[in-house]
Amino acid sequence: MATLIVSPSPHIHSGDSVSKNMYNVVIALLPAYLVSLYFFGVGALAVSLISMLSCVLFEYLIQRFVFKGKTTVGNGSALLTGMLLAFNLPSNLPWWMVVIGAFVAIGVGKMTFGGLGNNIFNPALVGRVFLLVSFPAAMTTWPVPSPLSLQYTDAETGATVLAMIKGGFGELPSHVDMLLGNMGGSLGEVSAIALIIGGIYLLIRKTITWHIPVSILLTVVLFTGILHACNPAEYASPLVHLLSGGLMLGAIFMATDYVTSPMTHRGQLIYGVGIGIITVVIRTWGAYPEGMSFAILIMNAVTPLINTYVKPRRFGEKVKK
Amino acid sequence: MKTFKIGGVHPNDNKLTAGLKIVDVPLPRQAVIPMSQHIGAPCVPCVQKGDVVKVGQLIGEANGFMSARIHSPVSGKVAKIDMASDAFGAKCQSIFIDVDGDEWMDNIKRTADVERICSLTGPEIIKRIADAGIVGLGGACFPTHVKLSPPPGTKAEVLIINGVECEPYLTCDHQLMMEHGEEIFIGISLLMKAINVQRAVIGIEENKKDAIKYFQELATKHFGVEVCPLKMHYPQGGEKQLIDAVIGRQVPSGALPIAVGAVVQNVATTYAVYEAVQKNKPLIDRVMTLTGKSVKNPGNYRVRLGTPLSDVMALAGGLPEDTGKVIAGGPMMGRAMKSLDAPATKRSSGLLVMPALEAQRKEMDNCIRCGKCVSACPMGLEPYLLMNEAEGAVWDRMEHDRVMDCIECGCCLYTCPSRRPLLDYIRMGKATVGGIIRARNAKK
Amino acid sequence: MNLIVASLITLGIIGLLSAIILYFVARKFNVEEDPRIGEIEEVLPGANCGGCGHPGCHGFAEACAKAESLDILLCPVGGAPVMAKIGSILGMAVAESEPKVAVLRCNGSCANRSRTSQYDGAKSCRIANATYAGETDCAFGCVGFGDCEAACMFDALHINPETGLPEIDEEKCTACGACLKACPKNIIELRKKGPKNRRVWVSCANKDKGAAARKACSVACIGCGKCAKVCPFDAITVENNLAYIDFNKCRLCRKCVAECPTGAIHEINFPPRPAAPKAEAEAKAEPAPGKPAVQEVREPEAKEEQVMPEAEPVCLELTVEAAPVDKVEETDATAAGSNSADNAETSVGKRHLDATSQTLDL
Repeated sequence: MATLIVSPSPHIHSGDSVSKNMYNVVIALLPAYLVSLYFFGVGALAVSLISMLSCVLFEYLIQRFVFKGKTTVGNGSALLTGMLLAFNLPSNLPWWMVVIGAFVAIGVGKMTFGGLGNNIFNPALVGRVFLLVSFPAAMTTWPVPSPLSLQYTDAETGATVLAMIKGGFGELPSHVDMLLGNMGGSLGEVSAIALIIGGIYLLIRKTITWHIPVSILLTVVLFTGILHACNPAEYASPLVHLLSGGLMLGAIFMATDYVTSPMTHRGQLIYGVGIGIITVVIRTWGAYPEGMSFAILIMNAVTPLINTYVKPRRFGEKVKK
Repeated sequence: MKTFKIGGVHPNDNKLTAGLKIVDVPLPRQAVIPMSQHIGAPCVPCVQKGDVVKVGQLIGEANGFMSARIHSPVSGKVAKIDMASDAFGAKCQSIFIDVDGDEWMDNIKRTADVERICSLTGPEIIKRIADAGIVGLGGACFPTHVKLSPPPGTKAEVLIINGVECEPYLTCDHQLMMEHGEEIFIGISLLMKAINVQRAVIGIEENKKDAIKYFQELATKHFGVEVCPLKMHYPQGGEKQLIDAVIGRQVPSGALPIAVGAVVQNVATTYAVYEAVQKNKPLIDRVMTLTGKSVKNPGNYRVRLGTPLSDVMALAGGLPEDTGKVIAGGPMMGRAMKSLDAPATKRSSGLLVMPALEAQRKEMDNCIRCGKCVSACPMGLEPYLLMNEAEGAVWDRMEHDRVMDCIECGCCLYTCPSRRPLLDYIRMGKATVGGIIRARNAKK
Repeated sequence: MNLIVASLITLGIIGLLSAIILYFVARKFNVEEDPRIGEIEEVLPGANCGGCGHPGCHGFAEACAKAESLDILLCPVGGAPVMAKIGSILGMAVAESEPKVAVLRCNGSCANRSRTSQYDGAKSCRIANATYAGETDCAFGCVGFGDCEAACMFDALHINPETGLPEIDEEKCTACGACLKACPKNIIELRKKGPKNRRVWVSCANKDKGAAARKACSVACIGCGKCAKVCPFDAITVENNLAYIDFNKCRLCRKCVAECPTGAIHEINFPPRPAAPKAEAEAKAEPAPGKPAVQEVREPEAKEEQVMPEAEPVCLELTVEAAPVDKVEETDATAAGSNSADNAETSVGKRHLDATSQTLDL
């Protein structure tokens, strides 16, 4: 008989792992990815592939040659960052800008803090916001959807729904088009229905809980609903807000990022409400038409504070009679 | 169906040995009886080398109130009193008895009839329980008479019987309920009398449908006893979780169950109480589950305390070739053993054999702050934070973050996708903080 | 112009008000501190190691400034020179103290102590120790996960991957005691550094009975008491099957080293002994340097590595329970095979001693 293995309890494990969670999110993003490939054609394919490849490559290179430790590109987190970054970019963005965005996302957003689990801000959003402030023109001209088009950087461009609202009402696309994704915007954010399908998948697989998405969406609906009720001429309806811009993508996929969101359910609700309020404030009164990424980054910064002060409900805290 | 409110996990229950009849393990050639088989001070041997002892004879006298007597589980001659290693390598004073025949003490009733009538008063029952050296057989081995003597100023309102057996693999309590239901009910009425309560609730998880049905039938014949079917949910067998699940009261931090008027006893303990009070039989044997996917004859075995675990293993077909780990108890809270040479004790609720492939822990990753440990913790703690604090040795922070509430159920480590050794560190921190608190209280 | 004047006046008033408030706040919350505390802190090493028992160097400086005599205060890192400086600052006499060094009371390397189980929990001595007695049958010896190494702030302590034991660099060790506190088995001791760094100590902490101790580890102290009998200075006591040498009484005669049947007593930094005329005396005298003290251990073990390429199998190879003693000896002999005559003698001597110990076991 060989020597027995001795370890502290427990001796069994749920079988959950980091890579399972990461690949679950990647799978959940696929419906939205397919929709964007349909509406934006070659441009979407090029931007997403460049983004994913360069994120994985940068992660590998930094872990291998800067940290000189073991590489963990296999766990899917870099792939997911690349995918989310691409989802936040217009599909006609030149390839080199995508590469710069990927470098900032992985190199600055993630690795400077010590790699997976240590970053304060959502890496994909760090990359996106860096590009937004560095190349504002390129980042705010979105191609209009033209199914299965073969154009990349030379695609025809137009305004997004939120830009139309900011600049006074233009001709908004129908609600059905907005739900399906037949409107201008970043490549992954257009189709609300595909994103919701992905979100339901994540909820079923217990990768995320309902707290963050629901609190964000409810806050946005309530806040914009009040504004809309006060002055329908100036403020768009809650439904338009829900279906436009990066709200769905942000609420379901970006804000729920494990590393940068609070640990407790109560904290997650506070975090979600915060994101909702900041998003609507920026959308309504800010300089940018869309405020989702800024809202998430701001609340990311607040997350450590929430973790410190919002504790889970302790057992026996309130003795029930 | 009821369950507790905070956290918890749902491991696969793997009850391979459910429904298998309890088999008696033959007497060993030499029994080794450690003097410490309970929480509290070790017993003092009251026999000497060369003494001839009978089954049920007192061989270890309790050392103070927080201790439980030890009786000889075999008859024969005391070979020596010496230090012996337990299953985890720690040395403990033990009595070695060379077995010779099976001669019992005369006052023990060995018939199988169910004795229903009891004319003893509450304090007399508790005295019998203390004399018989009964401890909680669910795993903690807390002396039962201590638990039945509530501190002054408190009053028990309800007796909760723990038939949950939420640990995966283990089936010994389940089988005991099926084979000795009537005796357990008599044990319940004895316990009710002992602590003077009119109500008893038996909590059983829904994966034991036959036991729920059988006990519900029996409960109709016993006034004040009810059966509470519970959802499968680990760690429902934890005392605090069970109270929450059954009567919806949460024991406050640092308090005992009696603070909410509850006393909890395990079904196996209840059966031992019946045997002690009605049959005058001290705690000299117990039922244990021997299981594992690769074990040839897994089953439920009644084993005399002091029998080497390797004997039990041999009866179950020997240790399989691919064994990597042998666990004393269940897979969630049991302790991995260092060797099988150690004897069965009051603590031995099971032996679980795990193949080498399953036994090895996988490499850990960075914490991704997913919060799954926080959601899973049944005590509402933050395991990730406690582990960081233990690594950084900030004991005062750990105390502030309620490390002493941890029940070491293992849900955090079970659920962690990065497989971080959360509980390893928390347990170490809890021990350290506990020491600091004791030192502080001693100073006052 | 008006604007400039107005802003100058407002700013001036704000500045003045703030200055007044600050002045009173500073007066109100002023903390009177003995100026000598700062001076003392200057001369302290500033490592904040806590070896003195106070929270960092500042805490120690405070304690010094408050104390009425410096007899019980000692900065173990700075030692006598620093204490002398503190004494001159405070105008107090300083008790002479001898420099100390950390010493490991275990020699249960992979080769000496066979592994009987495999630990698979968090890599921390404290946790392993809380889980069970340890990977070997010795419940007292080194666990080997390096809690002491992590605790050492002076880079003086490192786990040797071949022996699995920590090695203490006596040049760097400041005797701050951090490793003592980190070790869950309490097997690191601060001992007098000794003249010319020469020390003799029992490198074992096993309190089991002789046979059990010996079975678990080939170089365990078996509590036979021979050393205590041979010691002319009454420096050795045997308690709980374990010998202990009082370093205040020990005069470093090394008689015990020669007498120890298992080689559990170590000597360090002594010159090689002159060859004794009789072969038997030689055999008795030699074993100590062979049974590894801190430095000596490296050479033969490294050679052993060459014979058997992987480190772990070496441990496992030696777990054969039947004759661990012979095995150890064989390995040592092979290792020393091509070595100088000295080493060959060593193994001869050891064989002799092993025979003694076996009779003892029975």
